[in-house]
Amino acid sequence: MIGPIPLSHVLLASGALFAIGVAGALLRRNAIQIFLSIELMMNAANLALIGYGAALGTQQGQIIVFFVIAIAAAEASVGLAIFVAIFRHTETIDVNKINLLKW
Amino acid sequence: MSDGVLLTGGAGVLFAVLAAVALASAIAVVVARSPVHSALFLLLSFVLVAAIFILQQAEFVGAVQMLVYAGGIMVLFLFVVMLVNPGVTRSEKSFQHQWDVAVVLLPIFLLPFLYILGTEKLPDVPVKAEAFRMVGTRVVGNTEAVSWVLFRDYLVPFEVASVFLLVAMIGAVVLGKRSLEKMD
Amino acid sequence: MTFAFHASDWLLLAPELFLTAMGLLLLGLSVALGKTKEDFLAFLATVSVGITGALVAFVATRPERATPILGGAFVVDNFALFFKALVLLSLALTVLASARYVGAAPYPGGEYYALLLFSGVGMLFMASGNNLISIYVALELMALSSYVLAGYFKAEPKSTEAALKYFILGAFSSGVLLYGLSLVYGAGGVMGLPELAKLLASASRSNLLMLGILLILAGLLFKIAAVPFHVWTPDVYEGSPTPVTAFFSVGPKVAAYAILARIFYVAFAKFHADWGFVVALVSAATMVLGNVAALLQSNVKRMLAYSSIANAGYALLGVLGFRTEWGLWGILIYLLAYTFMNFGAFTLIILLESKGYAGESVSDFNGLAKRSMPAAVVMLLFLLSLAGIPPTAGFIGKYYLFTAAMKAGYAWLAILAVVMSAVSLFYYFRIAAAMFFTEGSPAKLKSSYALSAVIAVCAVGTLVIGVVPQPFLEVLKSCVLGR
Repeated sequence: MIGPIPLSHVLLASGALFAIGVAGALLRRNAIQIFLSIELMMNAANLALIGYGAALGTQQGQIIVFFVIAIAAAEASVGLAIFVAIFRHTETIDVNKINLLKW
Repeated sequence: MSDGVLLTGGAGVLFAVLAAVALASAIAVVVARSPVHSALFLLLSFVLVAAIFILQQAEFVGAVQMLVYAGGIMVLFLFVVMLVNPGVTRSEKSFQHQWDVAVVLLPIFLLPFLYILGTEKLPDVPVKAEAFRMVGTRVVGNTEAVSWVLFRDYLVPFEVASVFLLVAMIGAVVLGKRSLEKMD
Repeated sequence: MTFAFHASDWLLLAPELFLTAMGLLLLGLSVALGKTKEDFLAFLATVSVGITGALVAFVATRPERATPILGGAFVVDNFALFFKALVLLSLALTVLASARYVGAAPYPGGEYYALLLFSGVGMLFMASGNNLISIYVALELMALSSYVLAGYFKAEPKSTEAALKYFILGAFSSGVLLYGLSLVYGAGGVMGLPELAKLLASASRSNLLMLGILLILAGLLFKIAAVPFHVWTPDVYEGSPTPVTAFFSVGPKVAAYAILARIFYVAFAKFHADWGFVVALVSAATMVLGNVAALLQSNVKRMLAYSSIANAGYALLGVLGFRTEWGLWGILIYLLAYTFMNFGAFTLIILLESKGYAGESVSDFNGLAKRSMPAAVVMLLFLLSLAGIPPTAGFIGKYYLFTAAMKAGYAWLAILAVVMSAVSLFYYFRIAAAMFFTEGSPAKLKSSYALSAVIAVCAVGTLVIGVVPQPFLEVLKSCVLGR
């Protein structure tokens, strides 16, 4: 049997990770770093899902983590293509300088 | 069952160490000035979280996280970060100067969240190891257990995910391609 | 443990499978045909959406659809069928409205239509999703296709920028939604909505669970563009290619309402008192901000974006009304009306734009009545309907939503909604005044068959629902969940 990792600790770690991700997404200006922060948020959710799954004894948590990883990969490829496309126009990916449209 | 014996006792400590370093590198992702550093710290954080998955005996997901996230996505990120000026952002302000936005949004998201995490009596169930190895009453490997559920109960989302990956591919090609000439 | 599959399951999946196959076919054909035969691709896309609609009608006749299939992840109840029909309607209108616009632009059409169809596949799965996992994956499929479509005109800086904003805020909201999902999963380790409802019925209220519900709500409110998650809407609507904007303003929103209704009506109904308060505040803020900000706009696409934000505020009244059946019923009626009138209004912009006139500013509507009386009259009809004046569809929709809010005990919100509808008259009137009372360019307006067809369908829908609502109301009543 595995040693005791209390669920509350896993949840605290995941909550903190999520909070850091949210803060980063709201505060950073570079689009890439915003997206990296969003990846942190998704990872926090993954951590909580696995922790709950292990404590509750159901497999669904792992299934959704599996999907989240697939989705994150696809999102990253599209997102990076968008970054490249916008960089061709503006030579910057600072969200505050991309202001043809009012933010 | 003997699979988890290796980690007995020490797992809690190991978890604390892994989680602490993962959180520290998450903070580093957010505060690093250069996107390259952010990406590398994110990689570290992903690897540590994958280790936590494995510690909880979700080996399959841990391995996928390692391969796809740490292997695939991060390489893609580093490519683009290198392609899109990493140097310029160094000299400029890297945080929002729109503090008004942050001041409105941060409390909306974070304060209730921290309040609940602080006051809620979190369930203190120990994480059960064998949970991830069960198919009905049979004890099998983690990968087999996951694939039973995935391909029996969640086949539809799995197929939808395949369309999803196709869309991602089309999207990346359509948006990333340089030429705009008519196709004929 | 039994296998969850039957051969008949695939029959019920026929619309989704067919639409996916046609998307792949279009993708392949576009390589073979090239840019010159793009009209054929548009035609093929329209036909495939039509056949998918016929397949949905066929599915409706099957007795197997009474029970959830594929491990309970997929349901084909009346509610799902209604949303499938509505999604396909908006998809068909979008394809038709795109034909000339995309054909004239130097971008490949095959990928465009294929992405539209794939996004439609995501929405069809959303309408039938009965499990948080399948809902999440389908939602992401729809969203990812939308990001690409927003940035499809990549030589236009505005379009790329719209894609960037949509993508970043969309990814953020789906991260929030996902965390909410994980907390709700923690309540009992189940993902299926019926199981969740059963579990929560006996569960006690925990703050962590409430937080999960609120985060899911926040993620979905982003998709329907409610305050304070609306900031992306005007930018994305203005920057995206106009047919795509028209699509965004109906298709993805309709699908998001489908899952909002399913999740909150089925699974979280017990905690109505907790989330209802938040929804009430959001609804009030959305109506006020949407209508007031629309007053200040000079770009019609932006104005209609704020108007659709305001409309999301009205529709949230129906979400509040989930205590009774009236709420859900009201939303169904309203969405049907909204699809016709909003899409119609956007199509008029496409009509003005596609002949070389930038049709995006209010002054471009100057003298439209002289240029083409039918176009001006039809636009007036859509505007009246959006403002909720009888005898149009918009009036019927609003009437039922406001009644639902009253019945749920939110009389103050219903009154606010009426006041705000009056405010909305001002900005709709600006366009109307420009069309009828101002001199403008004398150039004649040239339409295409496809565009005329779209406008005709939208106008007929808006009028017929407004004049003889009874048959529609009866049908929609049978589409309410749990019937």
